[in-house]
Parts: sequence; C-alpha cells; structure tokens
Amino acid sequence: MPPPETASSTPPSAPAPAAAAPEARVGAGRAAALLARWETLILGLIVVTCLAGQGISSQFLTADSFTTGSLDFSEVALMALPLALVVISAEIDLSIASVLALSSAVMAYLWNQNLPIELIMPICLAVGAVCGAFNGLMVTRLGLPSLAVTIGTLALFRGLAYVVIGDASVTDFPAVWTDRAFGNAAGTAIPNTMVLFAILAVAFGVLLHATPFGRAVFAIGANEEAARFSGLRVKRVKMWLFVMSGTVAALAGIVISLRNSTAAANVGTGFELTAVAAVVLGGVSIFGGRGSIAGVVLALALLAGIQKALSLSESISSYWIQIVTGALLIGSVLGPNLVARAREARAHSSRLRGRWPSRSTDTTPRPQEEKTA
Amino acid sequence: MSANAAAPVGVERTGERARRLTETVFRVRELGIVGALALLILVTGILEPRFLHADSLRNLALNASIFAILAAGQTLVIVTRNVDLSVGSVLALAAFMTGQTLADHPGTAIPVVILMAIGLGAACGLLNGVLVTFGRVPALVVTLGTLYIFRGLAFLWTNGRQVNAEKLPDSFLNIGTGSVLGIPTLALIAFVVVVIIGQCLRDFRAGRELYAIGSNPDAARLAGVRSDRRVLAAFVFSGALAGLGGALFTARFGTVDATAGTGYELTVIASAVVGGVAIFGGIGSVYGAALGALLLGTITSSLIVLKVDAFWQQAAIGALLLLAIAFDRFVGLRLDAALRQRSARRAAA
Repeated sequence: MPPPETASSTPPSAPAPAAAAPEARVGAGRAAALLARWETLILGLIVVTCLAGQGISSQFLTADSFTTGSLDFSEVALMALPLALVVISAEIDLSIASVLALSSAVMAYLWNQNLPIELIMPICLAVGAVCGAFNGLMVTRLGLPSLAVTIGTLALFRGLAYVVIGDASVTDFPAVWTDRAFGNAAGTAIPNTMVLFAILAVAFGVLLHATPFGRAVFAIGANEEAARFSGLRVKRVKMWLFVMSGTVAALAGIVISLRNSTAAANVGTGFELTAVAAVVLGGVSIFGGRGSIAGVVLALALLAGIQKALSLSESISSYWIQIVTGALLIGSVLGPNLVARAREARAHSSRLRGRWPSRSTDTTPRPQEEKTA
Repeated sequence: MSANAAAPVGVERTGERARRLTETVFRVRELGIVGALALLILVTGILEPRFLHADSLRNLALNASIFAILAAGQTLVIVTRNVDLSVGSVLALAAFMTGQTLADHPGTAIPVVILMAIGLGAACGLLNGVLVTFGRVPALVVTLGTLYIFRGLAFLWTNGRQVNAEKLPDSFLNIGTGSVLGIPTLALIAFVVVVIIGQCLRDFRAGRELYAIGSNPDAARLAGVRSDRRVLAAFVFSGALAGLGGALFTARFGTVDATAGTGYELTVIASAVVGGVAIFGGIGSVYGAALGALLLGTITSSLIVLKVDAFWQQAAIGALLLLAIAFDRFVGLRLDAALRQRSARRAAA
C-alpha cells in the first residue's frame, strides 16, 4: 500500500485536470476562467486597496500621492520587469540590487574623475551588462544553479561597489539630470521615472508575449530539455535574459542616484527580495513557464499602493507593509493550490461515486479520498 | 542459477565501491575546507603574528558560532532540495523575546528562556514546513514571505525599543562572553549542536531519508519515505536552531532590536554552499556547512587583521562562494565520469 502522500504528489504548479467537467459548463467555465484570471484578482485587490486607502486618508487618491508613491517604487519596478523574464525561464537573479549599487558606485567614482555625465551613464549600463553576462556565463557555460550563483554575485557586486567608492557618497550631480529623474512628465502628475517604466514595461511585454524570443522563454521555463530538443538555443536565450537583467538593474542604479541626488555603495539593499516578491505576486511561477508582464505591473501597483496607504496612515504602523507583502506573496501561491486541490478532490470523489454507485458503502476508497482532500 | 546468484553480489559490491568513492570525495571536500582554513590562518599569522594570539582566535570562534548553528539547520533544509530564507527574521524574533523576557522578569531561569526561544523558532519553522509540505508552496516563496512577515512582526513587537546589556543578568551574558577551560562557552555550544545534528543527518534513518528526498523526491516517495513528514521536521529543526541562535545572539551582543540578524540568511546559505552543500539537494554535510561558516568568519577576521580595506570583505566572500560552487561542479562531473567508467568496466568484466 503506497503512503498517503502519493495521492497528492503532483507538482504544485500542475493545473487540476478538468476531465470531470460536463460539456454544458464549458461556456460558463470560460467566463469564470476570465474572472479567475490572476490579473483580475490583483486588479480587485488594487480596488480594495484604493478604497481602504481612501478610508485611511483623504490624501490617498490624489495626484500628489500617486507621484510620491510611484516615485518611491521606481527602481524595484524597473528591475522587476527583466526579472520576470528570468523567473519565467526557471532561473532567478538575486544580484540585481547589488548591480544597482555597483552602477551607483561607478557613477559616483567617474563623476569624481570629472567625466561628463552623458558619458558616465552609458558606462554604468555597460557595467551592468557585464555583471549580467558574468551571471549568465556561470549559469549557462558552467551549468551552475542560478540561485547559488546570484547569491554569490549578490555579495561580490555589492562588495565591488564598496571597493569602488568605499563609504563615500557623491551628491553634486548636475541639477539638469537630477531634476529630470525627480520631476514629472510635462504638465502631468506622472513622474518621469514612471514614463521610463511604462516604456520598458511595454517593451518587455511585447518581447515576452509577441516575439519568438518570448515564446522561447516560456518554452525553456516549462521544459528545458524539450526546448533544447526542439531546437531552441537555450543557453543563448538565458544569457540574454541575464544581460538584460543586469543592464536594467544598472539603469535603476542611475535612476536612484539621480532621483535622490546621492550615489553610494549602500543604496537599494534588499531590493532584490521586493522585486522577487512583486514578480511572484504578479502570477509568475517560481518554477518557470508561466506568467505575464501585465500581472507583474499590477502586482507592483498593488505593493506601491499598499505602501503608500500605510505611510499615510497615522494609526497603522508602516511595519505592516512587510507583513502584508509576505502574506500576499505566500497567499498568491497557496490560494490557487488549495483551490486546485479542493477541485481535484471533488472530481476524484464524484468519479468514485459514478463508477461504483452500488458500492457506496464500500469503505476501501473512502480513506484515500479523505486523505487526498 | 549460480550466475543469477552471483550477479546481485557483484552489483552490491559495485554499489559499495561507488559509495566508498563518493564518501572519500566528500571527506576530501571537508578536508579541503579545513586545509583552506589552516592555510588562511597560517598566512595571516605569519603576516601578522597577533592574529594567532588566544584572544584573537577566541574571537574567531565566537564570531562563527552562531552562524555555524544556523548553517547546521540550513543544511537539513537544503539537503531536502528546499531552502529557508527566514532564519534571520526568526533569529530577530527569538533574540528580542529572550532579551525582553529576561529584562522584564529578571528571575526567570536561563534554561527556560533558551527553551522558549527554541520553541518560538520551532513554531516559526513549523509554519514554514506546513506551508511547504501541505500547502505545496515552493520553499523559496514561503520563506521569502515569512522572511518579511517575521521581520515585520519583530518591528511591530519591538516598536522601536531595544533591550540593553545592563538590563540582562550577568549569568546570561556569560554564555555569550564567558569560557569553560579556556574555550568560549558559545563555541562549545555550537560544537555540541553541530555534532549532534551532524551525526543525526549522517547516521540516522531520518537523516539518510533527507538525502533520499533531496536526491530524487519522487523516487524517495515511491520507496516509502514519508517525505512530507521529513521535510516538515527539517524546517522545524531549522527554525528551532534559528531560535537558539537568537537566544545566543542576545547573550553575545547584549543589545537587541528588531534589525537583529538582518541579511543573516544569505551568509548562512553561503556558509552551507561553501561547505559543500549542494543548493539542489541531496549532497553535503552539517560539518561541511559549519566549517564553511568558520571559513567565512575567518576570512572576515583576517582581512581586518591584515588591514585590508574592509570594503574588500564582501567581495571576497562572494568570490569564494562562486569558486566553491564551481569547484563542486567540477568535482561532481569528474565523479560522475569515474563512476560511469567503473561500472562500464564491471559490466565488461
């Protein structure tokens, strides 16, 4: 007799088989599927957050609050976009916040060397691309797990940032550029950084959902071996993903330095975890093969909204943001799992009833069925 | 008939040989860290003789102790192909609870307080484990979530307060700073914990089953291993050891606030990985992980003693971690090739 665990041994990402659903329910099922789409759920949560935020403070649903709230989230939002692609390909990049810091440190160092800022910024992006390429090489050429590699480069790149600039910081960037990073798009309440984010979000959305490259990313994440046998250049695709991740992280480093008018090695500590949280909350499977840029963008909006609402509240401690983020993160995977298991159990039990109508008093299938649920 | 009877014996012997080969490799792996450690201490000692003074070596052991305990727990989890990112936050909760209890109720017996810390940690680990096993949520997601949740709870609970050393009884602080027969108490505790956990993982059935689960979860389940129960236990142990680490953290540093142990999770995982624990499970030992923690601690100390710019520390640790996993990969590939060759030779003979 197999142990009871066997019954529920399917991998968590496997969808429940809809074999038992009758034909008539298909139409309603499709509507329900649209309603139960992850993006719809997050959108609902955003609405709830807006209502609750309005209840907390009349300041919440104002243009001003949108500006400051989204500005604070700029860097995490930028880095989450390429990270989503990396995670969909079943890899992970935990070094992004350290690349951000290294980019900021290089920027500070070169500014002290009196280089023009227009030249510094492309150099920073190149540094980020090299960092990403290093991660990519370790993962694709040496075949090392990206989790271990990027924990290593998390320490390495942050360390290099300290080596470059020490604990000094640079605050005298030209006002033209800091104003650009801090300011709003002409005549609106939308920060320039959000315009940048929107452009990149569309670019990554198109790349992921409308190009052969994007389909390759999904295929690799779903089943790397199958992807390789069907002729996809798995290593090259992954390499590009890491390079993109590094480059955008360096861009985020430039943005955070200019936005705060401060470049230093300690900026953005822990941002990598927030970015991963946003990606997973956005419906991207941590095992790869599933997810959308729209979901990630909505998850970012949700997290930024909650953070802003909590910061406006006088009675609720802003520490709740961490608890809410963690709970949402776990709930975003746990919820669908529980629903799938309940559905599976119901399908299982109805199948049993259908097959042995006369033996309903038979006790043998019963214990298994209960354990499955 | 006789050929049939002989075949299993041959297979068994091959299996035995293969196991001996892998065991040798892992012993070599641990010896490699010991060698690196000895070399590092020697070179640093030659360059700066003060490094070899008893005080300095004592500090070395003290610094690595808490990390070694956390790394032992982390090894149990990583070996099952999971990961526990929440240890730093659990440590903060337990550390603050320990400090707060002793400050508010000075009469509380110290073993009771330490047991409370372990219990709190075990409860946190239980939550992680239940979500991973029964909730079927990937460990990376669960423990990233609880990393936030436990840290948030620590902030809510402390509410900006901190516990100071002067409010704590000396007998408790002695655990962190005192010594028995010249050996720091903290290092002694860490040694005992590491040996107990290490032997359990190495020799006990439950321990071997953790390796089986990590090597191939499906095969382990089909072989009748109660994976869910074992993985749950691994998380509970990891949490409990993080709780113990929290109590010791308070004893060692005296001052505790909600930021205690921030970022420890990555150092702990790095220690385990440097110590030869494979992030994809099934490989590694508690001793290796503890030695990894000691090596990382020693690098930090020797860089300070050698007056190397402190800014190089983090970069050095990152580089070492990358070297270690690259080395493991290299050895693993060679080992696979050796095993394949050996069995091919057997088959031919």
